[in-house]
Amino acid sequence: MDFSLNEEQQMLADLVARFVERQCDFETRRASAASARGWSEDNWTALAETGLLALCLDEQYGGLGAGAEEMLLVMEAFGRGLVLEPYLASALVGAPLLQRVGSAQHKEHLLPVLASGEIRISLAALEPQSRYDLCDVSCSARETQEGFRLVGRKSVVSHGDSADWLIVSARTCGAQTDRHGISLFLIDANSPGVSVRSFAGLDGQRVAEVQLDGVNVARDALLGPMHEAIEDLEWAVDRACFALCAEAVGCMDRLIELTVEYLQTRKQFGKPIGSFQALQHRIAEMLGLSEQARSITYYAAANLNGEQDDRARAVSAAKTLIGRAGRLIGQHATQLHGGMGMTDELAAGWFFKRLTVIDMSWGDGDHYVERYGALM
Amino acid sequence: MDFRESDEDQAFRLEVRAFVERELPADIRERVLDFQHLGREDYVRWQRILQQRGWGAPGWPVAFGGAGWSAAQRNIFDEECFTAGAPRQMPFGLSMVAPVLQKFGTPQQQARFLPRILDMSDWWCQGYSEPGAGSDLSALRCRAEVSGDGYVVNGQKIWTSFAQWANWIFCLVRTHHEGRQQEGISFLLIDMSSPGIEVRPIKTLDGGHDVNEVFFDNVWVPRDHLVGEEHKGWAIAKYLLGHERTNIAGLGNCKRFMRRLKEIASGSLKHGRPLLEDVRFRDKVVSVEMELLAHEWSLLRLIDQEGKGQGKGIEASLLKIRGSEIQQRLTELIMECAGPYAVPFVPQALEGDADIDTANGRLLNALAPHYLDWRKISIYGGSNEVQKNIIAKLTLGL
Repeated sequence: MDFSLNEEQQMLADLVARFVERQCDFETRRASAASARGWSEDNWTALAETGLLALCLDEQYGGLGAGAEEMLLVMEAFGRGLVLEPYLASALVGAPLLQRVGSAQHKEHLLPVLASGEIRISLAALEPQSRYDLCDVSCSARETQEGFRLVGRKSVVSHGDSADWLIVSARTCGAQTDRHGISLFLIDANSPGVSVRSFAGLDGQRVAEVQLDGVNVARDALLGPMHEAIEDLEWAVDRACFALCAEAVGCMDRLIELTVEYLQTRKQFGKPIGSFQALQHRIAEMLGLSEQARSITYYAAANLNGEQDDRARAVSAAKTLIGRAGRLIGQHATQLHGGMGMTDELAAGWFFKRLTVIDMSWGDGDHYVERYGALM
Repeated sequence: MDFRESDEDQAFRLEVRAFVERELPADIRERVLDFQHLGREDYVRWQRILQQRGWGAPGWPVAFGGAGWSAAQRNIFDEECFTAGAPRQMPFGLSMVAPVLQKFGTPQQQARFLPRILDMSDWWCQGYSEPGAGSDLSALRCRAEVSGDGYVVNGQKIWTSFAQWANWIFCLVRTHHEGRQQEGISFLLIDMSSPGIEVRPIKTLDGGHDVNEVFFDNVWVPRDHLVGEEHKGWAIAKYLLGHERTNIAGLGNCKRFMRRLKEIASGSLKHGRPLLEDVRFRDKVVSVEMELLAHEWSLLRLIDQEGKGQGKGIEASLLKIRGSEIQQRLTELIMECAGPYAVPFVPQALEGDADIDTANGRLLNALAPHYLDWRKISIYGGSNEVQKNIIAKLTLGL
């Protein structure tokens, strides 16, 4: 084992650190969040130019073929910068899933333009009643003469409004919560019958409700084997969770730095409040939690491309601990900032909110404790 | 010892419950129970309903138009009002400046201000904290200099709740600059429409606007708006902070949140079943409920103790800490009910306009901001760290 970066990884780490430093200052981010799409075209172009959008794609599609360690480096940096762009949704989840289950034609047609940043793709798997259960699918796809017809609603689709293509889970047979009978479909987001309502999330990133009112797709829109998509879906969501964990580690580190700065500069009773033991112990606890979070995320990285059950257990453990740590670190940071921690003005609050959203995205602690227990 | 609620208190509880059920306007109740933001008029409307019944000022002596209730009755009243979804009675006039005026004010000040607090003709706000004076309140620098038959005030206050709605502010100002920092502070009443006052909103984490900065630029205040003696305001400030004890435990909020947690968890689905039936989630609800039971009995012990004038024993600061932790835990679990649907957030939908499109309805839209907003209760009114210092120093003598 080696926990230090090799030369190429160091270059990647430097690259993303520069991107965050140059392109993601807090006030620019605020303006980007308020723009129509909720993120910056300039940043997206920069991500395309540096090749980061193709990080996880195979070399034949212009990709870098990177592994979990590289995903970790990138997402950790993006966590420090509270990056708003649909990178995780499109480049780390949507595009790799398409590469895994798409036909040769899909891949040749779409992966190069995903790599170049011309288009984006999001996974739409949750529904209004599903909570975090990927098997709870009521959206239906019925076979027609030409292909399939999809009816249903997908909820909290990350950056669904910026996606040119959607990968949608739909039921092709079985009861609403069966593991068997779920299939994946590739849908052009501009097809007739698709309507997308977009909302800013608590953290400023966009999520969408996607309504499918009889969307007709061709036969080749079916991705992977009919009825048997659940394992591919879990593969994609595990990647999403792992990327969220890595992002959270970056968020936590930066939030702790900001809090230490505040403790050193804010004075009450004639001295910096950081000189009070009660506050020192609180931030020491935060540091302990963030180190634990980093360790379990490394463990998840080591298992991300391993056996299915190993991956599932490792990601479940990471997402659970990250959720808890993120919540406590966010709460402590707010408390240590006093009234200032409650304001919209300070970056600290936005890290707290992002950590809160990460906890609630693709499964919270209870969900993953249950999943881990089932795999023990 | 007799641990039963007295017959009189039980009868009183039923009377309050029936009154609130009958008189609380449905639109207000709905907004409170669904964690929406209330408008100024909602608070005024409820206060006037209470005042009509003679219940406008639970904590005041009868001589000033108060209900003259015992601490136990006031606790019952709070509990019944909060759990039924009544808005809180704004404390700034009723429980902060009014007791000060009753103890330190001149008869003229009492006659002028108290009736208008009772029917909320005046909306008061609190000018205590400053950018450099939070936990260390007596470090305040906002100054008042004698000028003719009054004072000229210059400086800044911060975290002033509802200053945007207030027409009066009570302020701690520095009138003397020598000696200990607790000396030379005076307590002034200032008309918010005075020239030279500027209120700037502070937007909070949850997208809301309750708190403000208030700036004073050569604001003239007549001398008869000084309360008590000049330079002796610190004693008044401490009296004010120590006065309102029953609400310190936040029991009404705890009970309302618990009720809502169970309702919302019953209405949320996990694997097609109500979330409240999920053992993992239910256990979390149960643990908080057990803590809440103990918290209530701690408050009942405190009430009994204070009613008998016994100072020593359970400390009010302990109740503030525990109450804030329970409330915060409940807001956290309430947010968890919404799961992934707590993420999309439309701030405007909290302001009472039912037509605004939200991803998952007005209730779920409100849960995460409510969780974020409630982080404030372990910060304001003396942070939990300050409360623990008080316990260590004053109670344990360390």
